[in-house]
Amino acid sequence: MITDKDVKYIASLARIHLSDEESALFTKNLEGILHYVGKLEKLDVSKVEPTSHVLPLKNVYREDVVKPSLPQQAALKIAVEKHNGAFKVPKVIE
Amino acid sequence: MSQTTTEKKYETVIGLEVHLQLNTATKIFCGCANVFGRDPNSQTCPVCLGLPGTLPVLNKKALEHAIKVALALNCKVNPYIKFDRKNYFYPDIPKGYQISQFDLPIASDGYLMIPLADGAFKRIGIKRAHLEEDAGKLIHDAHATGSLVDYNRTGTPLIEIVTDPDLRSAQEAFDYLHILKLTLQYLNVSDCDMEKGSLRCDANISIREMGAPNLGTKAEVKNMNSFRAVKLALEFEENRHRTIVESGERIIQETRLWNEEKAMTFAMRSKEEAHDYRYFPEPDLVPFTVDQSVIDHVRQSLPELPQQKLKRLTDQYKISEYDAAVIIQDPDIANFFEECTKHYAETKKICNWINGALFQELNARKMTIKDLKITPQDLTTLIKKVEEGVLNNLTGKDTLKFMIDSGKSTEEIIQEKGLAQESDDSVLEKIVDEIIAANDKVVAQVKEGKDSAIGFLVGQAMRKCQGKGNPKKFGEIIRRRI
Ligand SMILES: [Zn+2]
Repeated sequence: MITDKDVKYIASLARIHLSDEESALFTKNLEGILHYVGKLEKLDVSKVEPTSHVLPLKNVYREDVVKPSLPQQAALKIAVEKHNGAFKVPKVIE
Repeated sequence: MSQTTTEKKYETVIGLEVHLQLNTATKIFCGCANVFGRDPNSQTCPVCLGLPGTLPVLNKKALEHAIKVALALNCKVNPYIKFDRKNYFYPDIPKGYQISQFDLPIASDGYLMIPLADGAFKRIGIKRAHLEEDAGKLIHDAHATGSLVDYNRTGTPLIEIVTDPDLRSAQEAFDYLHILKLTLQYLNVSDCDMEKGSLRCDANISIREMGAPNLGTKAEVKNMNSFRAVKLALEFEENRHRTIVESGERIIQETRLWNEEKAMTFAMRSKEEAHDYRYFPEPDLVPFTVDQSVIDHVRQSLPELPQQKLKRLTDQYKISEYDAAVIIQDPDIANFFEECTKHYAETKKICNWINGALFQELNARKMTIKDLKITPQDLTTLIKKVEEGVLNNLTGKDTLKFMIDSGKSTEEIIQEKGLAQESDDSVLEKIVDEIIAANDKVVAQVKEGKDSAIGFLVGQAMRKCQGKGNPKKFGEIIRRRI
């Protein structure tokens, strides 16, 4: 059972602001999705290997060889604000 | 209640989490160089900046290093591993998640033995070790209007090593860290430099009544920049917990930061966002299998580890455990020692020179043995000259100094500086006669049988010949002449 409180909590973790109408809408939607996925619980999966990926691939590696990085100015192009070669963000204090 | 009864009544429980940066050439999921100290944001690419549409690919070397660490810590290397996303928002992670490992880490169920004061060993369980990517570096400037972020560190390969709650004191935590660091240094998978942040340690600490089955409420302690700081912070926390419990209050589960200047921990100011990381499998990285053949191959490539080396050195060279323990603190020193033994059989004397004069000279110059121009054979030649009486202890140490500075051989230095011990008896006797003539009172004391007076005369004689005499020989001559 998904409640309005759950949705608001998840939204806050995801840094998404929801209006009360949106929160109510997503509560209903999420409830439907969970109900649908819940059908799986009725299946006997005791003989199915747990899987985290659908691709028939494994062990894709990269050799430890240096490739050129972006120049500093190119990296900083996406910065909203910058200062002395660094990305500048709203103050975080610990 | 007095401290001693409190100590008996309560038991401290500590678990440590160590983050170690691996010294691969490149980052864990992209080809950016894994280097320290470059201009901010000069070592990034679309992958480690977390730009949309980019795909991470695992660095094979990082996995090999992790297997090395796993085996050295007596862990089970898991045959099937995967990566997961740990989701949280902080400006030092550009993607909004950190790629880490959740339920299928590379290593689990290991242990490390730590020495106790009484000479016995204690087994500290390693719960797990997993691979993950490091975050960027936040630069807090007290006067600035914002915080600055350098993403060079983002994507640096990390292995996080988590102990079981097996440590029972700040001292044990300190000893564990010491052995762990030494082991990791032997593996050559990291420079283990806490000042540079390549090795970082967080601690969980709680207390409980002696014999209680459940763990007490814990505090997580962060921001300790040295092993000494870890020890001090844990001692502080231990006392804080005891005081709270003794006064009948409850301990709050929280994250606390060590303040080096004030020598205290403080609750973190920022709001604790319940550790709800909503882990889920990283869809951009396929799983990995680690075959037994790979594990065997890595196992064969493992170097001799510190505790094995300690045992072998004491057995093979009949040196004391203390001497061996000093020597193994640096594998290069241990190699240097072993090379020395090939040229000179007196292993105890070699130890004394390495652990004494050589260490002193290295420390004074802030050098490591690798920076040294002199070879093991140079050192043993010097030791032999002292044993043969060509040099005494003092001039021997001076010779070592000159050798280190110039890279010249013992013989060259002796020649050049005229440091050879005076061995011509007639010269020594002449010095002794002068000393006897100038110290009537002391000579009278010697005649009365006061042995310490001889020491004074020997000292005078040594000074007269500028340290180039043999004190033992002077003693003999003085006895003869009086
Ligand atoms: Zn990169």
